[in-house]
Amino acid sequence: MLGTTFSLAVRSIFRHKLRSFLTTLGIIIGVAAVVAMVTLGKATTKAAQQQVASLGTNVLQVRPGQGFGRGGGGPRPPDFKEEDVEAVARQVAGVNAVAPQAQSTATVIYQGANWSTTINGTTNAFFQVQPWPLVSGRTFTRAEEQAGKAVCIIGNTIRTNLFRGGEAVGERLRVNGVSCDVIGTLSTRGQGGFGDQDDVIVMPIKQVQRRFTGSRDIRLMLVGVDPAYDSAQVQESIKQVLRERRQISGGKDDDFNIFDTAQISATLTGITTLLTQIVTAVAAISLVVGGIGIMNIMLVSVTERTREIGIRLAIGAVASEVLMQFLMEAVVLSCLGGLVGLVVAQLVVFGLAPLMQVEFMFEPQINVIAFLVSAVIGVVFGYFPARRAASLNPIDALRHE
Amino acid sequence: MAAREASVAPNEPPIIQLRGVSKVYGEGATAFQALKSVDLDIAAGDFVAVMGPSGSGKSTTMNILGCLDVPSSGQFLFKGLHVERLDRDQRALLRRKYLGFVFQGFNLLARTSALENVELPLLYRGDGKKERRATAMAALDKVGLKEWWDHTPAELSGGQQQRVAIARAIVTNPDVLLADEPTGNLDSERSVEIMKLLTELNQTSGITVLMVTHEPDMAAFARTIVHFKDGLVERIEAQHLQGEVVA
Repeated sequence: MLGTTFSLAVRSIFRHKLRSFLTTLGIIIGVAAVVAMVTLGKATTKAAQQQVASLGTNVLQVRPGQGFGRGGGGPRPPDFKEEDVEAVARQVAGVNAVAPQAQSTATVIYQGANWSTTINGTTNAFFQVQPWPLVSGRTFTRAEEQAGKAVCIIGNTIRTNLFRGGEAVGERLRVNGVSCDVIGTLSTRGQGGFGDQDDVIVMPIKQVQRRFTGSRDIRLMLVGVDPAYDSAQVQESIKQVLRERRQISGGKDDDFNIFDTAQISATLTGITTLLTQIVTAVAAISLVVGGIGIMNIMLVSVTERTREIGIRLAIGAVASEVLMQFLMEAVVLSCLGGLVGLVVAQLVVFGLAPLMQVEFMFEPQINVIAFLVSAVIGVVFGYFPARRAASLNPIDALRHE
Repeated sequence: MAAREASVAPNEPPIIQLRGVSKVYGEGATAFQALKSVDLDIAAGDFVAVMGPSGSGKSTTMNILGCLDVPSSGQFLFKGLHVERLDRDQRALLRRKYLGFVFQGFNLLARTSALENVELPLLYRGDGKKERRATAMAALDKVGLKEWWDHTPAELSGGQQQRVAIARAIVTNPDVLLADEPTGNLDSERSVEIMKLLTELNQTSGITVLMVTHEPDMAAFARTIVHFKDGLVERIEAQHLQGEVVA
């Protein structure tokens, strides 16, 4: 009987193609929205995690100030000095290397083409604390580092835009009017939550301080932590050293902050997960609305087909058979809508992934869940109209105009 | 009546027995007594025309005989079974097995082929697809519409639609065929065709036919005419079936 009911339902659905399509539209959109949002959310989280991982998993970022979003009044806390960097490198156990950073922006000119980019002044420690290999050339020599020579290692975006992807090592750039030898090119790191990471020129920090920032201040320290040590403990030690050097007494708050990349990763994941949940919740509402749409049309359908129901009852259909027929129709409709929605979702993810700079991915779990939810919606919202159909009085139903 | 019963189905109890059946619609001041204590026997194999003015109780009686409705009081025995004691679903199963319905408005499923319409009762009986198809085709053949099996009601004339409806009613080989003004929507020529078909089915397969009609011309095809008036059986007329050779 179930098979017959099923084929009856399918027949009835295809007898009214347009109406069936419009009925399921809500479910199609709902399922597509939920699946696409969850999949894109996961892809974004994954991309963000990869990005953070590329910063190095055991890197602490130390900055003056109290961290993001806790600015407040008062004078700006002082930047770090070269001595602070040395102190952290020497005094804290578990620190592999400390890379100071001084940043500026500059216009780079090569053979009449120019490009605005970020100038990152640092030392060779920069390449020790994080995995960012060169594709050609070399890092700074000790002499270049100490003298702050005008040499530079360029990111992939610079190479692409000024050298058209060709060999850049040995060429000479003008950076804000300063002539500068290209000694190395960096491998690509990609786009991400932090912007184009390849749009950068790395120079010895002394050069940058002298010619670009005009001070000996260090805005950021990248601290490479020995994986054998506990990151929290290392952070605490760094804190003690810096508090002492910056003369922060007992009860006062730190005027600097230490950021663990693992912490950033967790925070980012938290944010993307939360956003995904919010968007999914909104999408889920559209699924429920889709279910109400099915109920609406099924109720109309029951009224419209009152005579048919009367005929079926007169012929000898028992109430449960009529109920099953209409319930089956609702379930088949919503399941069909669910399937179409899944297909649409994959198309949406496929289309949006490149725009959002994330990988296309297929999440089996959410697809299965969304499909099951669409089936459940069919049962829930189909039941009321079906029960109404089944409870019709055959005599009245037959007389219905 | 007794004499006729004997000639139709000798030594057999009537297939339908109404005993003091009444029907009241509504309650209290608005209550309306549609039937006041009706007694009626219908023999198996009879061809009965039910006549009477509007509000005489003939439709109510047909609804009760069709097991679509239950009496307010009294007894309705179908093949000795107390129908008034059955619940909704039990009555549905009884209709499925023993009854066939033909309506004034044909009541075929729209956008559905003649064959599928005729298959409908078999579907509820749980027949397999092949069996269903064969049985339904045989029924269509009986009403002379075998060639029209794939036409939808919209593509059939009124007379043809009513014949499809008759095929649907007899496809399960029911004991009783209930026809509610089967010729009400047809011209006189088609009406006669339908009546001849019903007569033929009555004579060849021995199906008991109960038919409500307004038209004496159509009632003339019946063997027994039951006249209703004011919720009571006024009189029962026995007559020779047209074309029947009286021994």
